[in-house]
Amino acid sequence: MRAGGVGGLTRLTVLPALLWTVLLFAVPLAVMLGISFTEHGSSAFTFDNYTGFVTRSDGAFLGALLNSIEVTVIVTVLSVPLAYPLAYVLAYQTPPRWQRVLLIMLILPFWTSYVIRSYSWLVVLSKNGVIDRILLSVGLLDAPMEFGNSRAATVLGFVHFFVMLLTLTIYANLVQIKESYRKAAADLGASPVQAFLHVTLPLSLPGVAVGAFTTFVLAIGDYITPQILGGGRELLLPQAIMLQIERRADFPMAAALSMILMVVVSAAYLLFARHLKMERV
Amino acid sequence: MKPRELAVILYLTLAIVFIFLPVAILVQYSFQDGLVPVPPFRGFSLRWYERMLANRKLMEALGNSIIVGGVSSFVALTLGFLAAYGLARGRPRYAGRLQFCLMAPLTVPYIIIGLGLLSAFSTVGIGRSLVTVGLGHVVINLPLCFAIAYSQLGEHQANIERAAHDLGASDLQALLLVTVPMLWPTLLAAFFIAFTLSWDEFVIAFLLSKFDVTLPVVMWNMLNSGLNPQLNAVGTLVFATSTGLVVLIAALLLPRSRNG
Repeated sequence: MRAGGVGGLTRLTVLPALLWTVLLFAVPLAVMLGISFTEHGSSAFTFDNYTGFVTRSDGAFLGALLNSIEVTVIVTVLSVPLAYPLAYVLAYQTPPRWQRVLLIMLILPFWTSYVIRSYSWLVVLSKNGVIDRILLSVGLLDAPMEFGNSRAATVLGFVHFFVMLLTLTIYANLVQIKESYRKAAADLGASPVQAFLHVTLPLSLPGVAVGAFTTFVLAIGDYITPQILGGGRELLLPQAIMLQIERRADFPMAAALSMILMVVVSAAYLLFARHLKMERV
Repeated sequence: MKPRELAVILYLTLAIVFIFLPVAILVQYSFQDGLVPVPPFRGFSLRWYERMLANRKLMEALGNSIIVGGVSSFVALTLGFLAAYGLARGRPRYAGRLQFCLMAPLTVPYIIIGLGLLSAFSTVGIGRSLVTVGLGHVVINLPLCFAIAYSQLGEHQANIERAAHDLGASDLQALLLVTVPMLWPTLLAAFFIAFTLSWDEFVIAFLLSKFDVTLPVVMWNMLNSGLNPQLNAVGTLVFATSTGLVVLIAALLLPRSRNG
């Protein structure tokens, strides 16, 4: 490589992006952290927003956090095993000619509007909706029933979205695993099941981890799906945050709740970090 | 062998039904000949499409979304590509840490990014507008554009750039006449991915906009004032448009992946 040509000035092209990230991502987070330690209505320093989170008599905030973690864990745990076989079939058991078409098919609804997709689930799950009629016709239900407006509906809406996302990430990982590895396993006498358990599965775990972490971050921070499908009987953390802003205009409390959400996401990141290779995403 | 194939096909079919169910119902009820988009389906009518096209707020929001998405994706792609180029070719010290910083916004929920920006903007007295929405959308799309560009700036491409240098091209010439044209399908795909994310983003757009809003925010407002088949019509339109875009992206990337 020439000593003078590349280098020097070339490095400076990183600067605009770095500046943008610092000014419009890092600094705002720091400002919000500061606001979370102020009193609602004044700018006096206080820990009240954080102590209030734990000690509030109705336990609404703590409950929202627990609900959020529960729902997100359920969604992640359901979505991964549903998506993995899809990605597997797509990567290994579909003729290459069909792979791309099927992949595009499987993720097309991913590109419908997020707000609209949640709202359509509400129609699907409504009284006399498709699900209702199927259950009625096979005799699992005696009378029409509303399935929307519940935690189950929130979970279903999330799982629908994340099965698509995870199929994509796991598929991308599976197709990178060299066929020669599986052939070598077979030559050495492994049954297809053994080859899968000892070769393919471990090699695909980084893709699963990236997908599961993405699912976790997107689900735990999402306001739309629980707000449209959840029916308001229980709050998730993003709903509690938005309530502080829209109803109470209590920005410090919203900021404190956001920081708590941030801590949960960071903890999840550390949990997944061993398997995540962020530099390869 | 036979039962296994059958199981595979059954699973795929069920998955496709599950994945397409809400979209199918959405499209069906956009043709609802009644006031509400809930069962029973009363038959075919195009009136909700007429209403949608005559809805000025909706059409304005559509235009706003295209502008915000287009401009913010272009900025995110430019910054992301330049950063990827600088990291891959300049090989600065602390490259790993720089990369971590640039990717960090990907690990933070949008609601926190939006609230952070709202805090910062109101602290320094910047009012909410489509511009602030666009600034926020660059924050979420920059890491993606950077990652996509970075993954394509490998040794193979570096060799071609070196050849350009040996033939007397300056850094700038090599960048504009060799690197960018070589990567354009990837860059275009990154642009479209960023565009669709901005186009569909709700919470940042909701928190950072005031009078002029984007499409998801207007749909949200409509939804809050009651179920309305116009929403189905918009949803169908958005789905048809995105399908077109996805097919375009696939067509752009297809020849590349066939070769390697």
